[in-house]
Amino acid sequence: MKKEQSDLLNVVNSPYKEGFETVVETEYAPKGLNENVIRYISHKKDEPEWLLDFRLKSFRHWQTMTEPHWFHGTYDPIDYQDIYYYSAPHKKAPKSLDEVDPEVLKTYEKLGIPLKEQKALSGVAVDAIFDSTSIGTTYKEELKKRGILFCSFNEAVHEYPELVKEYLGSVVPYTDNFFACLNSAVFSDGSFVYIPKGVQCPMELSSYFRINARQAGQFERTLIIADEESSVSYLEGCTAPQRDENQLHAAIVEIIVKDRANVKYSTVQNWYPGDKNGKGGVYNLVTKRGLVMNDAKLSWTQVETGSAITWKYPSCILKGDNAMGEFYSVALTNNYQQADTGTKMIHLGKNTTSTIISKGISAGFSSNTYRGLVQMGANATNAKNVSKCDSLLIGDKCGAHTIPVMKCANETATIEHEATTSKISEEQLFYAMQRGLSAEEAVGLIVNGFCHEIMQKLPLEFAIEAQKLIGVQLEGSVG
Amino acid sequence: MTALLEIKDLHANVGNKEILKGLNLTIKAGEVHAIMGPNGCGKSTLSAVITGNPAYTVTAGEILFKGEDLLKMTPDERANKGVFLAFQHPIELPGVGLAQFLKAALNAKRKANGEEPIDAVQFMKYMNVRATALGISNEMLKRPVNVGFSGGEKKRLETFQMAMLEPDFCILDEMDSGLDVDALKVVGQGVSVMREPKRSFMIITHHDDLLQYVTPDQVSIMRDGQIIKTGGPELVEQVEASGYDNF
Repeated sequence: MKKEQSDLLNVVNSPYKEGFETVVETEYAPKGLNENVIRYISHKKDEPEWLLDFRLKSFRHWQTMTEPHWFHGTYDPIDYQDIYYYSAPHKKAPKSLDEVDPEVLKTYEKLGIPLKEQKALSGVAVDAIFDSTSIGTTYKEELKKRGILFCSFNEAVHEYPELVKEYLGSVVPYTDNFFACLNSAVFSDGSFVYIPKGVQCPMELSSYFRINARQAGQFERTLIIADEESSVSYLEGCTAPQRDENQLHAAIVEIIVKDRANVKYSTVQNWYPGDKNGKGGVYNLVTKRGLVMNDAKLSWTQVETGSAITWKYPSCILKGDNAMGEFYSVALTNNYQQADTGTKMIHLGKNTTSTIISKGISAGFSSNTYRGLVQMGANATNAKNVSKCDSLLIGDKCGAHTIPVMKCANETATIEHEATTSKISEEQLFYAMQRGLSAEEAVGLIVNGFCHEIMQKLPLEFAIEAQKLIGVQLEGSVG
Repeated sequence: MTALLEIKDLHANVGNKEILKGLNLTIKAGEVHAIMGPNGCGKSTLSAVITGNPAYTVTAGEILFKGEDLLKMTPDERANKGVFLAFQHPIELPGVGLAQFLKAALNAKRKANGEEPIDAVQFMKYMNVRATALGISNEMLKRPVNVGFSGGEKKRLETFQMAMLEPDFCILDEMDSGLDVDALKVVGQGVSVMREPKRSFMIITHHDDLLQYVTPDQVSIMRDGQIIKTGGPELVEQVEASGYDNF
């Protein structure tokens, strides 16, 4: 704890350090979106007919939908015809890391994620996604020995088509919402995980997403299947170069947690947030959902520090009896960032329980909204939810909002909701400064104290990373 | 003895209201200097201005600390030069553990002095000695700064912070208001133990409660934003006997 603290303070004054661009030969699909572009993507990925059909079906449905605008905030309209839906740094999918452009490998090293086996992070297997393709997965063979499948989504389509076919769209159907439908039509790559029955995954699995190409959207898809009595801890990280224009990221994560299985999904989201004046930044419009069966557990932990726009509600459908869902979130917004994030806990089975702890921190001119749904179905006998939403304001130009929705169709179910809003006051700053801390160190300490409870839920390396990020993001928020 | 703190013709406002009206004061190194005065005379404003509280505006005058212009420094720079304020109303910092807070503060000071950060083991030893001396339990050290403590405990913790940071100049702002005898003893003991030739104290009070445990070298009487009389400890007795009206 003490070490992380000093690290945090060291980086308070550094700018968005992941903002560099990699110069690589990039191949694009024609700009804009139509059936031909979808066929192009499918062809590039050498996909089977059934998957092309899924995409086209999604695209046709998407054309009948309208972009939702209940988001708490405002953003420039998205011109869906002004985006590249496919960009990849290779002419051909690489068969091994030796075929990957060295510039791309350097990018990941610069981000602290070496992909070559001899240098790979110990205890963490990584699937690295660069724009629209996976460029490598570490520890793949070692995992395979235990029957664990961890590879790019595209590889899974070819290697394990029956699994993909069975579960694709089973938790987030293509009709689910506008952005999920768009993703279903144009998704490029992503990660695939299958943990066999009774297997406890021996290391953290991780995907690292990087948008590099200009005006390109990233539409990845992650599918995680934890078979009965298995367990896995999964991490997701993401960054993008600094750009003046907005970039679109519309992803789907689908998780199936079978009987007595346990999945922990952690995200540290650090997409480029835009500059101090709100120019540029990623629009992060993501659908994440898990289906949780009997006696199984799904836990979402997220630290959201990036993106100009965050629209994201990692959810649990607690279908089985005694299923458990958890959502732990820290969302930090500064400058002109806008976050509208929260969760949905849908209790269907008996004795299902869910816990929601959300910590929103707003600084600058930003807007930070918690939006949540807790729904108790008619059969959710003795189901129980506890929610706690805390907001911390830094300065007086930012906003924090809490929009909890509770629906209860079973008399024996209980829902508890608690919300607080506090502000870092001038008095607190002065008190800490009187003890010798700079204003930024003081805010860093208070903010870290505020979200400590959530940081503890993250795997250690991620917790350190997340604390650093929060320090960086708060730069210039005081004084 | 040389002057540690020199205040010359100090004027300061809160909003548009002038509170300090040409205050002069010199505190020598090693001196315990009591500032006594009735409520509303500007005692707490004086401590706020010396430490750089942004709620107050200095309109004229100067404050020299070790010969340097204190008014040009930010609050943290002043603190790291050795100015410490034990607050009359300590502020709560939810979520920030006291030990963690003090380690950050100690390291900020070391950094300002060009020293390496203290390592965890050394810090624990350094802290435990001082905590034991002032009756601060382990459990208190883990709790967030000032959150959920009684008035007396808070004052004790201010004294503890002072002992941890070993400042050259300690201001105790009305530390005795609302304190029971036991807590007063702890605060008095803290000051007595720390008393040494290069360290000075400015004890702001309007009673003699704390001064029964710490005998001041100098006493200044403050009224209406000015120091109107400075003398020895006998002034404390005069105040107790006949109040401030005779000054």
